[in-house]
Amino acid sequence: MQLKASPCWILILLLAVCFTLATSLRLRVAKWNNPGQSNNVFKLLLGEGRRLFAHEFYVMADVYFHNGYYPSVFDKQEGQSDVLGAVRGQSDDDEDTTNVVFFGAPKDWIDTFGWKFRFNQHTHLSNGREREILPWLQLAADMDPQMVQTYTVAAYWLRTSLHNPKEAEAFLREGLRNNPDNCEILFELGRLYNEDYHDVNRARNVWLAALRYWRAQGDDAKKGVENKRLYDAILVNLAHLEENAGNWPQAIEYLGMAKQVSPDPDAIQKRIDELKKKMTANAPAAHY
Amino acid sequence: MNTIWALAGVVIKELYRRKDFYVLFVLTAVITIAAGMVHFFDDPKIVNYLKAICVLLISVSALLIAIVTAARQLPAERESRTIFPLLAKPVTRAQVILGKFFGCWLASGIALLVFYFFFVVVIGTREQSWPVLNYLQSFWLQWALLGVVTAMVLLGSVIFTAPSSNVTICFIVIVGILLLGQHLNTVALHHSEPLRSVIYTIYFLIPHLEWFDVRDRLTYNWPLALWMDCMLATLYAATYAGLFLLLTWLGFRRKSL
Repeated sequence: MQLKASPCWILILLLAVCFTLATSLRLRVAKWNNPGQSNNVFKLLLGEGRRLFAHEFYVMADVYFHNGYYPSVFDKQEGQSDVLGAVRGQSDDDEDTTNVVFFGAPKDWIDTFGWKFRFNQHTHLSNGREREILPWLQLAADMDPQMVQTYTVAAYWLRTSLHNPKEAEAFLREGLRNNPDNCEILFELGRLYNEDYHDVNRARNVWLAALRYWRAQGDDAKKGVENKRLYDAILVNLAHLEENAGNWPQAIEYLGMAKQVSPDPDAIQKRIDELKKKMTANAPAAHY
Repeated sequence: MNTIWALAGVVIKELYRRKDFYVLFVLTAVITIAAGMVHFFDDPKIVNYLKAICVLLISVSALLIAIVTAARQLPAERESRTIFPLLAKPVTRAQVILGKFFGCWLASGIALLVFYFFFVVVIGTREQSWPVLNYLQSFWLQWALLGVVTAMVLLGSVIFTAPSSNVTICFIVIVGILLLGQHLNTVALHHSEPLRSVIYTIYFLIPHLEWFDVRDRLTYNWPLALWMDCMLATLYAATYAGLFLLLTWLGFRRKSL
């Protein structure tokens, strides 16, 4: 038997088959994805090896933050990236802006002449141009969803410089989905509620959750410098919140706890003393 | 001089007859446009990542066009035996070398110009700024780099027998210089003698092509370099290109066809 069909009919038949398959497969494909995990093309292509690239993308964000003025592997390296430094409240003011910061003095005439074609000032992006670091942070988060600082750094710049707390919150929530109960992300989320949405109750709840999860950590984790800094920050922010709410005994209690881990216990003690003074000054008024 | 331009014209015609340029251009355009369609955090003003991708693709494409075009000139003439009628005419070997060099350099310059036009349109549309002088300076520096590369590859074509080995070796050497050239002096300091002197000698001998690498300049919108420095860099590039061409001529003169 010989099948005689014009190519046009075969094409229409194939299109119909494709359409039918597409409608039935679409629902099945949606179910393949595991909602508990971060689904992205990098995971599909690189597997767990993608985590190796995450740090490089994170460094790229710092390179962009410095407008390309950045040390190579051959030059002097800084301990901590400046994008993260800003999030942790470290000031730029004390920064050395000379060429020597990253690169040292030119060694010969080739080096000297080469610098004429490179940007030789230690500057940071400003006036909303910080947005240029965001693609690299997004890529770093895609590569390694467990790299917590990508979420906090991106959220910080999104809400402070770019005035986009909505996107910052969405990114932090993505971070929380990938790192449930992470106190650093919860702390940043609390800052967002407090500083951008001025939603004190939500901020308090989120910070209290952060405090709870911090305490639930193992003893070794608690001893880390960065972890202590986070604990200090959570407590100080909670104290500030309670102080503004007029809940001074609670504020003093938080500050007392912060004093034990703070790098500047004298300053904390000064604040405690101030609060105690306020309390005593207001105590007789309360009786009347 | 007319002979040199006539020879150069043939090389330029070869550029638009071959598919290399079109393939690389379409690839660059497709990747750049695809990358441009990605939106991060719903912010359409983010542009530097796109510049970085596009400039990298342009740099690699221009480098490949220059290397591949220059590498096949002399071997192709020998293989097809067209070198004999060419040299039978009143054309000296020096003119052949110069004609091939200027042809390849101009051809890669034309290709680079088309790439830059695409870059300026795409990035200008997105960024809404048109720093024409910066683009002009970057183009000039990159073209100067391609001049040194072309001369280096022509020298390679009289040293290595097969064009493929010439392309591979030259590509590795050029990328090596671009990535490590400026750091060799630092590396030398970490070694003891005699390795230190060897690395220092290499450092002072190689052409420092990294001066002409404009990727960061375009990506981060660095301010213009001084035009006097650009002129000095051009002189530096011309010196190295001249040196390589002289060595090519010496090698080609002694080579039996």
